[in-house]
Amino acid sequence: MIEINKKNARTWSRIGVRATYGMALLEAAKEDPLVLAMSADLGRSSGLNQFISKFPDQFVNAGIAEQNMVGVAAGMAREGFSVFASSFAPFISMRASEQVRMNLGYMNIPVKLVALGSGLSMGFLGNSHYGLEDAAVMRAIPGLSVVSPADCAEVFKVIRASINYPHPVYIRLTGGVNNPIVYQDDYEFEFGKAVCVKEGKDLCIVATGSMVAIAITVANEIEALKGMSVKVVNMHTLKPLDETCISELFCDFHTIVSLEEHSVVGGLGSAISEFKSRGNHLARHISIGIEDCYVKAGDYQYALAEAGLTKEKIISNILNKLQ
Amino acid sequence: MTRTLTNSIRRDIVEAGYHCGGSAHFGGGLSIVDLLAVLYEKHLRFDKNNPLWPERDVFILSKGHGVLGYFATLKNIGLISADCFRTFQKNGSDLIAHPVLNLPLGIESSNGSLGQGLSFGCGIALAAKKKLMHRRIYIMLGDGECNEGAVWEAAMFAAQYELDNLIAIIDVNGFQNDGPTAVVSNKADMAAKWAAFGWDTIEIDGHSTEQISNAYKCAENATGKPTAIIANTVKGKGVSFMENNNEWHHNRLTEKNYLIAIDELENSSD
Repeated sequence: MIEINKKNARTWSRIGVRATYGMALLEAAKEDPLVLAMSADLGRSSGLNQFISKFPDQFVNAGIAEQNMVGVAAGMAREGFSVFASSFAPFISMRASEQVRMNLGYMNIPVKLVALGSGLSMGFLGNSHYGLEDAAVMRAIPGLSVVSPADCAEVFKVIRASINYPHPVYIRLTGGVNNPIVYQDDYEFEFGKAVCVKEGKDLCIVATGSMVAIAITVANEIEALKGMSVKVVNMHTLKPLDETCISELFCDFHTIVSLEEHSVVGGLGSAISEFKSRGNHLARHISIGIEDCYVKAGDYQYALAEAGLTKEKIISNILNKLQ
Repeated sequence: MTRTLTNSIRRDIVEAGYHCGGSAHFGGGLSIVDLLAVLYEKHLRFDKNNPLWPERDVFILSKGHGVLGYFATLKNIGLISADCFRTFQKNGSDLIAHPVLNLPLGIESSNGSLGQGLSFGCGIALAAKKKLMHRRIYIMLGDGECNEGAVWEAAMFAAQYELDNLIAIIDVNGFQNDGPTAVVSNKADMAAKWAAFGWDTIEIDGHSTEQISNAYKCAENATGKPTAIIANTVKGKGVSFMENNNEWHHNRLTEKNYLIAIDELENSSD
């Protein structure tokens, strides 16, 4: 089994999340002949080249037909295969959403959907390929877990945890190549259990996916600028939300900031707001994500800047709202 | 024997549809009775005393609104009890207007959203092949359902993966919710379409026991290709005022009509 250590973390960071996904699944297939990868004509884009050449019988290409892929994945998963079906985020979540609802949700079939290039990382390919609303749509389906790994090491953790997980999971991959590193050492990963990645006591940023690494930088800079102590929590699982963690944060902090590379409609910020509205929590919640719009496209960094998700823009946003 | 069975299934359809007290899908339930009776009586390999038998064949009603024909068949074959069957479309029942996955009752999948059963069946068929299990997967679709694009995604997939253990039964009753299929959206030749997608096709009279059985036998011996049985049927078959009358796609039986229907079936030579 491949270890999480500094060297591997650097390698995975360089190759990026998609290639790391392919590598993690390859490792899983070596140990389990029932691990099966599906793709909708995006095998190479899913980092599955080596997987396909080493385990051709454990790969099924559905062609450019995501709806059928999800149905086939469900049929195979119900017969005992551990099926990982991948495609670009909007196609696997939204085009196939009703197949996901009927097969994975209604029938509780434990297919693992892998959303490639979610958020804005598809760069110049534009909004047709961006995953702006995928978590919102998937989060609304009863019984489906929604997970967004913070970095490549966490991709490994999520894949490992998913293999024998008896429920369906939507795995939302954000970030690109040369991905910032959050984890260089092994750590405890459990679906639905948030992880503190930086301690602090004056302000808390709850981030998910690609925004965890940026949140750590933002926290450090706010500490330097304002003399505040800022905590960062990696909320890798959007559903089921770690309500125990959020509840404690609402008690311990005057303000918590949610940060995500997703629309402010329906993602992490919404999940926290929904939880807050059901209880008697007085703490303030600031939701930062992609506003309810399509983003002017460019390369990944340009699109992040357009969406207000660069380090500088997030710091300024938070400090303005704290005034 | 099958004739007695089909008549009993049709009477149960009318009974359940009337006693549920509301509207039900009569037309598309009655059109599939002969296809289901022959399948469950002579071809589908299952153990009614062990519905979860791992080697069993699988039947999926992709045209989920055909449940009256499906549940009545499962009742007559011994998978659903008479008591359970009487709960059809009652609050809290396992038997509602579309199938809900319930393996102990022999219901293999949840359906109701059209165009999804064939994909699910492809997955089960491919899994069986990979595990070297000799299971057959039967998926029943409606001709109206074939409007759905996802049906044709699955049709391409099945041919691509040479799923010769997969049998699609197309109930061509000629109608869909809004009227005749030829008027709404499906004018072209059904068998030619499936053949063009790489399937073996067999076109039959979907009410002829002999033709149905021969078609299943032929499909069971397929090699390298999935089989589509294009079954020409009469919507509402067996109840004179429902036959080819699309008002009975989804409708409510009055007591008067219920008595007429039961009388017709009790006196039927079928």
